[in-house]
Amino acid sequence: MSAPLLAWSALVAQLLLVAAMGCGAYRMLRGPRAQDRVLALDSLYVNAAILLLVFGIRTGSTHYFGAALLITLLGFVATTALSKFLMRGEVIE
Amino acid sequence: MTDAGDLPLWAALPVALLLVLGAGLALTGSIGLLRLRSFYQRVHAPTLGTTLGIGCVLLASMLFFSVSQTRFVLHEILIAAFMVITTPVTLMLLVRAALYRDRREGSAEVPPVPAAKSPAERAEG
Repeated sequence: MSAPLLAWSALVAQLLLVAAMGCGAYRMLRGPRAQDRVLALDSLYVNAAILLLVFGIRTGSTHYFGAALLITLLGFVATTALSKFLMRGEVIE
Repeated sequence: MTDAGDLPLWAALPVALLLVLGAGLALTGSIGLLRLRSFYQRVHAPTLGTTLGIGCVLLASMLFFSVSQTRFVLHEILIAAFMVITTPVTLMLLVRAALYRDRREGSAEVPPVPAAKSPAERAEG
């Protein structure tokens, strides 16, 4: 009897996360300045990692965990490199 | 929905609650990112999702896999520790870059560069 409860809560969580990613994507496309776009990209990375974890719970497989970890790693590297670029004008000096 | 059916109700209920709570917190943070006015206000909003939002979903994932596989599945702690370490670092770098850009343009939104202290003042305090 717990299967429909888990399925529905995972579906609701996925819809909420998609709405969150929509907000982030709108801010990234619209964002008045470059730092707003970088901030929106960072929040998109985090929301994608959460979405992958919810996928893992919904399908009952642990393989999505690696993808979520990889996305958080890539998000950190990407945001750091973009901040460095905004600060200095080049990434590797 | 392969093996989600064999979870007892005492575990399924907190998993469901934590999932919806975490996703709702992430959505709240993203709405804040959309609605707040200046960049320095917007920086605060998505951290709701990066700390508490992903924390709730990781707790739900740990509970779900620990109960369904009847052993401790704790590798989600890796993501939690990594997020706790990296979020302040990235946001501080980003805000420093934004402050530098705003100051160079002479924006009225940020305070100007404070005057450099003389060596005597620096020694005092």
